[in-house]
Amino acid sequence: MNVSRLLRVLGVVTVLAILLFPLYWMVTSSFTPEARIFGEPSVIPRTVVLDHYRALFGGRDFWRPIRNSLVVAGATTAVSVGLGVLCAYALARLQFRGKTVMLAFILGVSMFPQISIVSPLYLLLRELRLINTYPGLVLPYLTFAMPLTIWLLVGFFRQLPAELEEAALMDGAGRLRTLREIILPLAWPGLATAAILTFLYCWNEFLFALSFTLGPERYTVPVAIALFRGQYQVPWGEILAAAVVATLPVALLVLVAQRRIVAGLTAGAVKG
Amino acid sequence: MRSEERLGWALSLPGLAVISAIAVFPIGWTAWESLHVHDLRMPWLGRPFVGLANYAEALSSPRFWDAMAHTAVFTAVTVTVELIGGLFLALIVDRISRGRDLVRTTVLLPWAIPTVVVALVWRFLFENPAGLVNAVLFRLGMSSPTWFADATAAWVPLMLADAWKMTPFVAVLLLAGLQSIDRSLYEAARIDGAGWGRQLTALTLPLLRPALLVAFIFRTLDAIRVFDVIYVMTGGGPGTATEPIALLTFSMLLQNLRFGFGAALSMIVFAVTFVLAVVFIRVLGRDALTGRVA
Repeated sequence: MNVSRLLRVLGVVTVLAILLFPLYWMVTSSFTPEARIFGEPSVIPRTVVLDHYRALFGGRDFWRPIRNSLVVAGATTAVSVGLGVLCAYALARLQFRGKTVMLAFILGVSMFPQISIVSPLYLLLRELRLINTYPGLVLPYLTFAMPLTIWLLVGFFRQLPAELEEAALMDGAGRLRTLREIILPLAWPGLATAAILTFLYCWNEFLFALSFTLGPERYTVPVAIALFRGQYQVPWGEILAAAVVATLPVALLVLVAQRRIVAGLTAGAVKG
Repeated sequence: MRSEERLGWALSLPGLAVISAIAVFPIGWTAWESLHVHDLRMPWLGRPFVGLANYAEALSSPRFWDAMAHTAVFTAVTVTVELIGGLFLALIVDRISRGRDLVRTTVLLPWAIPTVVVALVWRFLFENPAGLVNAVLFRLGMSSPTWFADATAAWVPLMLADAWKMTPFVAVLLLAGLQSIDRSLYEAARIDGAGWGRQLTALTLPLLRPALLVAFIFRTLDAIRVFDVIYVMTGGGPGTATEPIALLTFSMLLQNLRFGFGAALSMIVFAVTFVLAVVFIRVLGRDALTGRVA
């Protein structure tokens, strides 16, 4: 009994170590002097320097892609939650013809491969002079953010008890007032989850940002990191420092909201 | 009832209008564009109608078929590895009682960080000649392939990176499925003398089928459009040895600026995904849309 328990604990620890090791290696290497990054590997770092982080925020002005990513991901999240909450409430709680078709439509759009709409979006944004602008990223981002948000929120609205709503309706409150005063206060954990997941997807998005930005002034964090170039060789120290910086907000969100994220992922997937 | 009908449409229309305008309308545009020659480097050619010529060119190009094959192999291998690995991970996490939060955070981290970061970290681990993997292999007295210069070996870090990122995602989906299984069933099985293996094959796997199916569908549809990890880690190289269909399409569009031909490739990707999605939704059934547990 005790032996099998010990084995299980050992198994869990090993698996977790495997999962975490690449991240650990990224962090320690980002604090290692460039000349020793590919030296004798050692699990515990021998020298710790901040050179790469100084170069990142000094020479490269990495604040700029961070600002771009925050603006684009924040705006996309706000728009898709704002519009999505009404749509999702109707789809989850109201009875009307065409509802099932709409849900199928939204699910279908969420399965669209991004690459298949890059060319028309590029031509459209060029026509509107929106290439290399913030709206020129927010609009394409809505193509995946809206279906995702709506799908998650429909799942959450369905879980709310119908009785409260019915009581409010009996008392003569209209549907919209019920939504505002009864449903939304109850649904805020769902709203927070949808917002967090949408923000994560936007923060990590790469293909659209690569396609619709032209220079460092509008690069988002993933594009800025992917296009890092040194003068003579790959600047691994700075790349890894940037990778750590790009991971930090995500790690924080996961730490704070892991329960919600899991609930959102499984509500969106398992429960349809 | 009539007013509810009107309200339902009024509330859902803004969202649907946005989705249609920015996602569905562009698909129509891509279809139309794919029937033309439209080369942004040669604007004087205009945009003449050429019928299905772009499709004919794609279907007769070896690079296209290579890209399709790369995508198929990548999808088959990574989805298999991630489903088996995810099941294993879910089974061991399901059994632990203490430190659940710590475990959950750890499992979610690889999934949550940007794919670009994952690709760079794994490139760094496999970097030639002195990356960590090579150093370890050297200590063990083994010779290592020149990872990113080798048409076959380059797939190893690519697939490992994808599996490392997405196996935890599969595990999270399967874990939710596992936790919805009634524990007393295991009690009964144990009393009937069923061992661990028997419990897994006769109880867990059949009851986990819906969750496994959903994970399989999500991963497959995601893997056939793989772009980020390959663009960043190998750029499709050496040569075009690791180029998937999404990367080929991207190059034709935004590097060669051949918008007509690129649109034809986009339509092919779209058609393949669409057919698979329809098949999958059929398999999942209408329950997924009406809110009953799939």
